[in-house]
Amino acid sequence: MTTTTVAVPSTAGKKFNLNLKDFGIVFGLAAIMLFLALNTGTFLTGRNFINLFDQAAVVGLLAAAATLCIISGVFDLSSTATLAVSSISGVMLTQHFGVAAGFFGALLVGALLGTVTGLIVVSTKVNSFIGTLAVSIIYRGLAIVITGGAIVAPLPEQLASFQTWTWPSLFGLTAGSVLMLAMTIVLGIVLWRTTFGRRIYAVGGNQEAARLSGIRTGSIHVAVFAISGLCSAMAGMILASRAGSAQPAMAIGIELTAIAAVVIGGTSILGGQGAMWRAFVGVMILTVISNGFNLLHWDTTYQQVVTGVLILVAVAADGLFFRKSTR
Amino acid sequence: MAIQQLEKHEHASRRTAPEITVSGIGKRYGATTVLKDVTLSVAPGEIHGIMGENGAGKSTLLKILGGAIMADTGTMELDGHPVRITTPRDAISHGISLISQELALIPNLSVLENVFLGRWSNRGSLLSPNRDSEHFARLLEDTGFELDPRATVGNLPIGQQQQVEILKALARGAKVLCMDEPTAVLNEAEKEKLLHVIKRLARTGTTVLIVSHYLEEVLGLVDRVTILRDGQHIITEDAAGHTPESLVRLMVGREVDFLVPDVPQVSSEAGTVVRVAELTSAKVKDISLEVRRGEILGIAGLVGSGRSETLLAIFGADRTTGGHVEINGRRIRPGSIRDAIKAGIALIPESRKEQGLVMSRPVAENIALSTLPARSWAGFVRAQRERTAVKDVSKSVDLRGARPGQPVANLSGGNQQKALFAKWLLNPPAVLLVDEPTRGVDIAAKARIHSIIVELAAKGTAVIVVSSELEEVLGLSHRIHVMRHGRIVAEFDRNASRDEVMTSAFLK
Ligand SMILES: Nc1ncnc2c1ncn2[C@@H]1O[C@H](COP(=O)(O)OP(=O)(O)OP(=O)(O)O)[C@@H](O)[C@H]1O
Ligand SMILES: [Mg+2]
Repeated sequence: MTTTTVAVPSTAGKKFNLNLKDFGIVFGLAAIMLFLALNTGTFLTGRNFINLFDQAAVVGLLAAAATLCIISGVFDLSSTATLAVSSISGVMLTQHFGVAAGFFGALLVGALLGTVTGLIVVSTKVNSFIGTLAVSIIYRGLAIVITGGAIVAPLPEQLASFQTWTWPSLFGLTAGSVLMLAMTIVLGIVLWRTTFGRRIYAVGGNQEAARLSGIRTGSIHVAVFAISGLCSAMAGMILASRAGSAQPAMAIGIELTAIAAVVIGGTSILGGQGAMWRAFVGVMILTVISNGFNLLHWDTTYQQVVTGVLILVAVAADGLFFRKSTR
Repeated sequence: MAIQQLEKHEHASRRTAPEITVSGIGKRYGATTVLKDVTLSVAPGEIHGIMGENGAGKSTLLKILGGAIMADTGTMELDGHPVRITTPRDAISHGISLISQELALIPNLSVLENVFLGRWSNRGSLLSPNRDSEHFARLLEDTGFELDPRATVGNLPIGQQQQVEILKALARGAKVLCMDEPTAVLNEAEKEKLLHVIKRLARTGTTVLIVSHYLEEVLGLVDRVTILRDGQHIITEDAAGHTPESLVRLMVGREVDFLVPDVPQVSSEAGTVVRVAELTSAKVKDISLEVRRGEILGIAGLVGSGRSETLLAIFGADRTTGGHVEINGRRIRPGSIRDAIKAGIALIPESRKEQGLVMSRPVAENIALSTLPARSWAGFVRAQRERTAVKDVSKSVDLRGARPGQPVANLSGGNQQKALFAKWLLNPPAVLLVDEPTRGVDIAAKARIHSIIVELAAKGTAVIVVSSELEEVLGLSHRIHVMRHGRIVAEFDRNASRDEVMTSAFLK
């Protein structure tokens, strides 16, 4: 009888609240950028922005993948170990079959290792945090076995084309940045608009309800890990391309930076909630802060303190809002 | 000696149940006004019913009393002294205990640990299992519940989990029990037991506030009744002068009559749709049954008798160790939910929070979840189609209280149940397995859900209904199976009397 009287006023008010909460983090990023624009002469230059996006490329790819993982209710701590193995394989394949085959091979290895990680986590039913931690140790070991612990590099005449990902392309951005932006958009659309995306949210939000709705929760998790592996390989490609080499210890710890970026963006670590744009904003906040420390010649040791505080604030805010919205 | 002290303390506290007065209580979420200027008072030792339609604000009011949420406006007095209750802890310290619609137990802990949860701190850091188990035994005696203190709570059926909640409140020496639809999850016998316990508690001075959608139950139990409508206080009056009809009129705000839907005969030519043969899982044994096109089969039995597990086994959600399920002559791959869904089976599960809904996701997404491929193109969700479909089906179950884009968690309990029901109506199923179809919905919505079930059957769906409410099973079903200890032990037709079914379900 009074359906409308109950529902109508809720429309405006809820939306307003949600928007404020949703975009708070965007205001945060804008504030930092404004501060840097006012306090440095170099921040607002095209050159610096190209630089910013290039710096964000690797973490951005890992954070995009981590977003899928976290929303579906798992963590992938093996992502940078996968990154190392896949880029080492890529370099070795490059030596024998050329650069294109090398890159292609790296992606394949990444996706494959991701799938294996997923199968291990799903079939053993261990907590993904512990499971992928173990897997990451195995993959790092594998990387040492393959290389004998040494640095591997493409042949000298291959080096120029191997460094494709550092070349300028669209709008002067490096190819690596463009790849990161493209993947963020593609995976964002996957989450936002596809049935696969819906299933990712459902599995992370309530696995049993998802299962009883006919969703193969195991397959969803394996797929998410496979995508994570693929993104890791892309990130590895960019890193190796930049350095002109790959080595077993590359990118150690960056998986945590990626998770931090996701959390700072406001995606809930509890699963079932969040969005891709949040990861992007989180990555940009971390990158801009690091950029700012450079531009202002501040001691970069404090950068870590700032980052840590940010993570705490983000997680606390998540908890606060979560409680508020359910109370 | 310690126990005696405890006992004394409890008796003392019971005698001092306060008079509760709330005035001008208001609560808003964004621009939604959930409660508006609610004023009422409850006398010590009174059993006070709080009634209203789904979404009227009953749970919100109880949660405010129990400190689970805070009111935006209004004051509260206990025996004339103003108090401020901002957390559940505050409420408990004033002797007010909330037993929520969604149970709040820790599934990995034992019954005993859950019952005494949070009381450990009062005894220093050393736990004393002996004292706890003696106290526990006494609580069981007081209530007449039968619970194994060592059982893991997560493994208990919902009905027993709720008993644990009640014991937990009593263990804290609650003087005021706020119970949100406590009987919704119980079967007849347990319900009676609970009502008995409530009366006994009230006699010893405990105040009980109870929310329920069962009119007769409320009228038979409470001293006074408060009715809320759209968040507004309508009346607080003696229950004695009221009839179910007068209550409904006040709740809905207009004249209504709810007819039990006519269940049409199953045509004699109707073919068998569901054939279950000797299905066996960890929880059920040798389940054999058949349901014809258009037929509604009811399953009655105690909580824990294997009714829900029978449905889960048929749906492929529980691992089966023997037997099989055939739909229209085709065997379902054992243990494959997807195959079951493909064959046209739908399951509306018992617990909306654990098994049914993804609370963090929007209402529309939840409703569309099990039939995603039907409204997608190349893996993309066709949002417009989905919106239209969800809108239609929401209307047909009378879902209210939130836009389709809001999280399902924001819906009131009854509306969540309607959302759960709507989920499987998007694509009308060939076989509908439904477990407690109307748990927590108000009587208007209940009548509507009943008629939806009957209509589905009339259009050819084979239905299996599990319900703890005997009237529901009797009123809806063409045939009734009674389960005990994981087996089907008796079969009745539509004309069976209530007593016959009761006896066969409840007696050993
Ligand atoms: N966190 C929230 N955000 C927005 N709206 C909410 C929230 N919690 C409850 N509501 C709304 O408040 C209204 C009252 O909810 P409440 O749970 O008190 O209803 P109720 O009377 O207990 O109904 P039911 O009989 O279905 O349990 C509903 O319309 C519900 O959608
Ligand atoms: Mg309620």
